[in-house]
Amino acid sequence: MGEASGSIYDSLRKKGVSRRDFMKFCSLMAATLALPVGGAAKIAEALEKAQKPTLVWLEFQDCAGNTESFLRASDPTVAQIVLDLLSVNYHETIMAPAGKQAEKSLADTVKNQKGKYLVVVEGAIPLKDGGVYCTVGGRAAIDIAREVCGNALATIAMGACAWDGGIPAAAPNPTGAVGVKDAVKGITLINLPGCPANVVNLTGTVVHYLTFGSLPLTDSMGRPLFAYGRRIHDDCERRAHYDAGRYVREWGDEGHRKGWCLYQMGCKGPETFKNCPAQRWNQGTSWPVEAGHGCIGCASPHFWDTMTPFYKRLENVPGFGVEATADKFGAGLAAATAAGLIVHRIARAAKKKSSEEEGK
Amino acid sequence: MTTERKRTYIWEFPVRLTHWVNFFVIIFLSVTGLYIGGPFIHPTSDQSFTMGWMRFIHLVAGYTLLMMVIIRVYWAFAGNKYANWRVFLPLTGRQRHDLGDATKYYLFVSKKPPYAAGHTMCAGIAYFALFLLFLFQIFSGFALFSYNSPGLVHEILGGWLTSLMNIQAIRFWHHLVMYFIWVIALVHVYLAVWLDSVEGNGLMGSIFGGYKFITGKEWE
Ligand code: HEM
Ligand code: HEM
Ligand code: SF4
Ligand code: SF4
Repeated sequence: MGEASGSIYDSLRKKGVSRRDFMKFCSLMAATLALPVGGAAKIAEALEKAQKPTLVWLEFQDCAGNTESFLRASDPTVAQIVLDLLSVNYHETIMAPAGKQAEKSLADTVKNQKGKYLVVVEGAIPLKDGGVYCTVGGRAAIDIAREVCGNALATIAMGACAWDGGIPAAAPNPTGAVGVKDAVKGITLINLPGCPANVVNLTGTVVHYLTFGSLPLTDSMGRPLFAYGRRIHDDCERRAHYDAGRYVREWGDEGHRKGWCLYQMGCKGPETFKNCPAQRWNQGTSWPVEAGHGCIGCASPHFWDTMTPFYKRLENVPGFGVEATADKFGAGLAAATAAGLIVHRIARAAKKKSSEEEGK
Repeated sequence: MTTERKRTYIWEFPVRLTHWVNFFVIIFLSVTGLYIGGPFIHPTSDQSFTMGWMRFIHLVAGYTLLMMVIIRVYWAFAGNKYANWRVFLPLTGRQRHDLGDATKYYLFVSKKPPYAAGHTMCAGIAYFALFLLFLFQIFSGFALFSYNSPGLVHEILGGWLTSLMNIQAIRFWHHLVMYFIWVIALVHVYLAVWLDSVEGNGLMGSIFGGYKFITGKEWE
């Protein structure tokens, strides 16, 4: 760790990455960013000149899942490139220094590279009771975030929790957890929601910045369009089964063995926007739906509250017990109405009879 | 009171058109909607396109419902006094009085059937509620559809709802409101058959042909 030296390309070559592997990486990035023809060459050209940006990685209320995702690039060369794109000055989970020393390298970065470094935030930031529910080195997460993100060139909120509070913010949100966008206002921020976010998208964002000098275009929720612009369901390889009406109806049934659509098992692909079907996970090995499990909508707002139950299409009708699906509730309602009308019809008949008798 | 009946034109064509088109459209929407929510057909052929067709029919029916609502709203301003928007809300003392009378009759408190040339006040309120439910189904339906094909039209017709409610809540309510519509429809048909039999003014026939046979009892 320390100051950047030489271009990214130079340092890769020094570490033994071949020109061929480098170009492969540039093509992967061009595809991820959905750049037009010539994109890979443009990226290569930029990386040949660009200096490594300095990066600090802050962890707050998190599970280190995004760090895992970041480090789990299975193909060693690409992993090397990813790590080499950045000069990581502070990352609690992987850095060598500890304690005071570690905090000093963070403070030095903020001071010496003010306005020039990138921050990745992983985890939610609790605001309740003055932010006491998450402190690092005795300082509240919110104070650290304000200082470090406030002085950065740009902040990347990685994962669902850093985006909108994610799992720590799930109801009843005991610590008042929020994402970076609500905790620190007025900063340059890009969000990579997901549980975890895909390292390909982090790399894509950084490469976009190095190539074009700007952050990628985002949607209304601050997510880069290249990664969150398309719906899972529209790029899913099981989609033909969906349209045909061939569904898995029970885990391990014939349809499941044949790779049919997971819609009835609660797949949230129809309501989730992320590039999992195209980029997949673990260097393109597979992704949840391909592996036979529905999407849980982890890139959707407040997914732990809104996308549950994960294994059912719809939530139950609240207050009517565990079995009260919307259909059972509705059928009950319609039946009760019909029964009420039948009772009314009988009462009418009885009434008519008695008034006829009165009339006699 | 006279027993002589006057054949009176009550329900103009747009009212009857929207009524019967809606009737069929609600059936189509309910069947295809239930399939979309929980696919109950298990096709085995490789050539099937079951969900595709269900969604297609649901959407065509959805657009049809939208057209009917637009026509009916227009007619609430352009049509005759029986179709006017005022009949759906208890605005006048007369209407509120009528509402009480009808409710008493339905609950067997009074024996005086709620004669009316147009809608009774009770019915008017029920139709107004139904109309709001239709609107919700349209907005939420198009909100769901805006995830399939984003664009300005779907954004205006319902996509905006996704910034107020999360998509799963929209789906949930879109599903549940279907049953609320069923409840109102059941009670509605029951009351129509009943009142037709006691009032003998051709109520049932009126929604087909437009004419009712009015006596002096109606509030006109
Ligand atoms: C303009 C009107 C409507 C449009 C555009 C529309 C559209 C849709 C769409 C796109 C879906 C699929 C949701 C999904 O992806 O799962 C759907 C589902 C459904 N619709 Fe509609 N709809 C409309 C009106 C109605 C009406 C009037 C009813 C009932 C009377 C209805 C009942 C249903 C039901 C029960 C579902 C299944 C919900 C679920 O569990 O996902 N829809 N509708
Ligand atoms: C066998 C089926 C049905 C029959 C015989 C029937 C009959 C009638 C009659 C006689 C009227 C005029 C009532 C009045 O004087 O107030 C009417 C109005 C109405 N009905 Fe039905 N109905 C049927 C089904 C339905 C269904 C399924 C719906 C909707 C879910 C519905 C919605 C309405 C509405 C909204 C009106 C008010 C019409 C307007 O002012 O535009 N009806 N119906
Ligand atoms: S498995 Fe999920 S994402 Fe794929 S087609 Fe089925 S519902 Fe859509
Ligand atoms: S498939 Fe769905 S739940 Fe899985 S990582 Fe992708 S967006 Fe998240």
